[in-house]
This record gives sequence, C-alpha cells and structure tokens, in this order.
Amino acid sequence: MRGRGKMKQLVVISGKGGTGKTTVAAALAQLIAPIVLADCDVEAPNLHLLLHPEIDKTFSIKVSRKAHIDARLCDGCDACMKRCRFGAIMDSVPRKIDEFKCEGCGVCGLVCSRGAISFFESEGAEVYAGITSYGPLVGARLAVGEEASGKVVTRVRAEAQLISLNTGLPLILVDGSPGTGCPVIASLSGADLALVVTEPSLSGLHDLERILRVAEHFSVRTIVCVNKCDIFPEMSRKIKERCRQEGIEVVAEIPFSTQVVESLHQVKPPLGAVPDEVEIPLKTLAKSLEKHMEMEILSGGN
Amino acid sequence: MVISVAAGKGGTGKTLIAVNLALSLHRSGIQTTLVDCDVEEPNAHLFLKPEISRREKVTVPIPKIDLDRCERCGECSSFCPFGALATTPTSLLIFEELCHGCGGCALVCPRDAISEEERVLGMLEEGNTGEGMGVIRGILDIGEPKASIVISAAKERMRSDEVNVVDCGPGTGCAVMTAVHGSHLCVMVTEPTPFGLHDLQMAVEMTETLGVPSLVVLNKDVPGDTLARKFCEKRGLEIALSIPFSRDIARLNARGVNLVDVDKEWMDKFLSLYQRAEEIARCGGEVR
Repeated sequence: MRGRGKMKQLVVISGKGGTGKTTVAAALAQLIAPIVLADCDVEAPNLHLLLHPEIDKTFSIKVSRKAHIDARLCDGCDACMKRCRFGAIMDSVPRKIDEFKCEGCGVCGLVCSRGAISFFESEGAEVYAGITSYGPLVGARLAVGEEASGKVVTRVRAEAQLISLNTGLPLILVDGSPGTGCPVIASLSGADLALVVTEPSLSGLHDLERILRVAEHFSVRTIVCVNKCDIFPEMSRKIKERCRQEGIEVVAEIPFSTQVVESLHQVKPPLGAVPDEVEIPLKTLAKSLEKHMEMEILSGGN
Repeated sequence: MVISVAAGKGGTGKTLIAVNLALSLHRSGIQTTLVDCDVEEPNAHLFLKPEISRREKVTVPIPKIDLDRCERCGECSSFCPFGALATTPTSLLIFEELCHGCGGCALVCPRDAISEEERVLGMLEEGNTGEGMGVIRGILDIGEPKASIVISAAKERMRSDEVNVVDCGPGTGCAVMTAVHGSHLCVMVTEPTPFGLHDLQMAVEMTETLGVPSLVVLNKDVPGDTLARKFCEKRGLEIALSIPFSRDIARLNARGVNLVDVDKEWMDKFLSLYQRAEEIARCGGEVR
C-alpha cells in the first residue's frame, strides 16, 4: 500500500508467547505489501527469518549505563554497598560491580569519597534495516546482558517512522513481544491499533485478559484474532464471549494446521504455503484492518 | 537448589516443563516449590490451583516532595538518570512509572525536601497445592514496566533447603536475566522450528554470560536430525528430554491438564531430567 496518508502504526501483541504473532505479522506483510515492518521483539526477534530482508544498514546503539569501580582507588569502605538498593556492589575488597544487577542510577558514585566510581555506556543493541519483498524492515537484536529492551524498542519504532516518512509508506506494522512489561509497553504506546493474537487455552485466555487491560491502560484501540481456534473450541467460544462483553471485535479465527508449522520449518511466510482454511481468515483479518485503521490497505488482487 | 526454566521464544512450553518437573519432584518426596517468575503473564497456578495463604504487595520507594521546602533548584532532576523527575519554574514533577527507587534524588537535595513513600507495582502470592507442594507467584500490575523488581521479590522467598523450580518469562532481556541469575542450572526449553532455534541461541548466550550451566528440553519435537539437534551437538548442549509434537499434548495443555497426571511414565522422565540437572549443577556445569 502506497499513498500520502497520515502515518499509522499497527502493533501485533499477544500477552502469551507462541500464539503466532510473527506468523500473522508475516502474512499481513504479504497481503498489505508494500508496508514498513518493525520487529520490536528485540529479545527474540524472528520476523526476519520468514521475510529474509537484504540488510543494508546496521548500527549499534547504547542505551544504558553501568558503574565501574577503579580497583586502584577503592579502599574497601562500604559507603556504596550501604546505599546501593539493587545489591549490585559485591562484598569484596576492592569492591566490584555486579553488572547484571547494576541499574546505572549513579548513587554509588555520589557517595564514594575516593572518587573511585565512574560510569560507562554498555553495549545496548544492534539495529538493522533492510528490504524485503514486502517492504522495508527494521529490527534490533539486544546485546547479551542488556537490560533496556524498552528503549531499544522505542529506537526501532523511531527508525521505522523515519523510513515511513522517507518512503511514503504510511502504514507501519510492529511485531511486538510477549508479556505486559517494559518492551510491550514501549511497542504499544502511541500505536493506532493493537491486534492481539491469542489462542484458545487456559493460559491464552488468562494472558488475553491481562494484555487487553494493558492496551486499555494506554488507550490503544484493540481487535483480537484467535489463532489455532480449533484446538479447544469451547475455550474459543469463551474468548469470543469475553471479547464481546468488553466490546472488542474478534476479527478472525484461524484453524490449527500442521502446514503452518511446516512453512515455518521451511522459513517461508505463510501465504502460498498454507491451505485455504488458513489463508481465508488471514485475508479476512487484513480486510478488517481497512475499517479499523481507517485507511485503504489492500491493493487490488488481494 | 534452584533450577530455572527459560526459553528465549515464548510458547515453547516453559510452564509445562516447570510444572511437571516440580510435581514429579514433590511426588517423589523431595521438598519442592514452584516459583512463578513469569510475572508479566504468570500461568503456573492454572495448572497447580494452589490455595493462597499469604499475599503481599511488592513496592518500590518513590520520592515524595515537600514543595514548601523545595526551591526548584533542579539538582534532583538533573541527577535522575531515568527521567523520573522534571523541574519547572513553579513545580517539581514526578513520573512514577519511570522511577527505579534508587534514592539518589533524596541524597542530592540540598534542602532536605525529598522523603520517600512506597508505590505498589505488583503482588506476591504464596501457598500450597492440594497435595502440599509450595507455590510462589509474582504478579506485575497492569501498565507497570519493571518486572525485575517483582521477580527479585519472588526469588527472595525461596528456601535454600528445597528444590526451587523457577518458571521464567520469555525473552533474553533484564526480566529473564533477573529470573535466571543465581540459579544452579537453567533448563532451556525449545522447539525445533527456526524461531525456536534462533531464540535458543540468544538464550544460550545469556546463560553463558550469567555463568549458569544449562540443559536443553526439546518440546514439540520431531524425528530426525533437526537444526535444533545439530546446534545442541555443536555447542555441547545436552538434550535431557524430548517431548514429541502432538496434538493430544497440545489439547491437554490447553485445558490445564498436567502430563504427569495422564501417564506415570512422564514422572520418570522428569525425574531423570532432574537427576541430570543435579549432577551438572553439583559439578558447577563442568562435567557433562
């Protein structure tokens, strides 16, 4: 889809992991192409595995800071230990920082009378951008041991917005992460619409209820898609009933198919590799986005 | 003994493994507690139905400003690296969700205008299942970003004379690292899809960085020399358990039915997983 409309962002989230966010996102990319894609599941990014971008730009970003104690200056007093609320100062002489626990608050540096503590920016993440057959894709891979995944998500979204402005592709599809915490909030806030991909299981329903409340908390309009809807039909009905009570539209129900798993094994995006009973609801889903995003989304032929 | 169960990718079956492992241990007479540290989406209780005997709020200290004393000098807001304070000519604003509770603002205030108050960001629940197994559950409040604080609070409740099975959330970031940090062994659950493999690689890097030895469980496993198997072989990762890809298991799991309740054979399999975990943990991950 190409046009001069206002930039809009659709975020795909799920609460529970493994419900099929990335698979659905890849199918939407195929149906809506060209579209800007942002893989914001920076702790476990997978969209590139299906869409095979040709990466033309990578850069690292530094997003968090850590304390460092100069062993030559530290006299082993416990001023820093007493004040650190994160248990990040190890009980050794000279003192050492446990980088996994350090939040970079700076309090230890404040109280050290020997000036032994300095701060440095840690590795952060590697951001990558490239072109897929379905449009530009931007994503990031969190460095091992990095904490600030929310900030990395924000950076990926900013990069996607730049690409949207530069290419005139108004729709950004954000593949979010599971959960309800920091990276999810960073993917969700300010989005125009959240598509929640859920599955009919006890955990699926439990997590759906939580993620709907998160979306509501951040005032993001929400629609739901039930994936693998036939593995537990009674639960599917329960999920639909719950959504109806909350006034949230269930826009598609996708049956379980081993061919979807097979297409993942072959690292192919779903459309063209899955049977009609899966493809049809995916098309219904894409079609419903026109109404919910209030924009023309599907070009002819789809 | 602390065994964490992590994955990288979501939906690979962490909770399935953690719950069935804990139940197998408990039923064979080993004092066990399941610690649900997937605080963003804690689900283990759906499978264990514990009776909760104790509930406690998880809080973080945030600044409380005495505006009569505050002179809007800006010392606190320029110190705060989290952007949780903003000084304006007429006021001092607090953005509570951004505050990490380090207490630095109170330390730098030259007028002693900052005290602290507790802000609730989650809940801890403790209880027992019908058959007497311990359950600890951390729950992050809706809209709260900082899962790690609730995870740490849940882990503080662990008893060192028991086996603690820690169910971690998906991902490889700070929440998961907080959950895995300090455990004697990490059971990594993966599925043989390219997604599972990709995220397993990230999870392996994480456990190696944390210095926690690990074992792999292949869930939704398929026969043959899959990429996941090849990867484990190449990296010297032991596959301690394989659970086949099965619509029946998916159906049971969706309904909250535990494997060990369906077929006793599973209990033996989970106990041998524990045995390997214990051997590796005892040797600090050196002997394989």
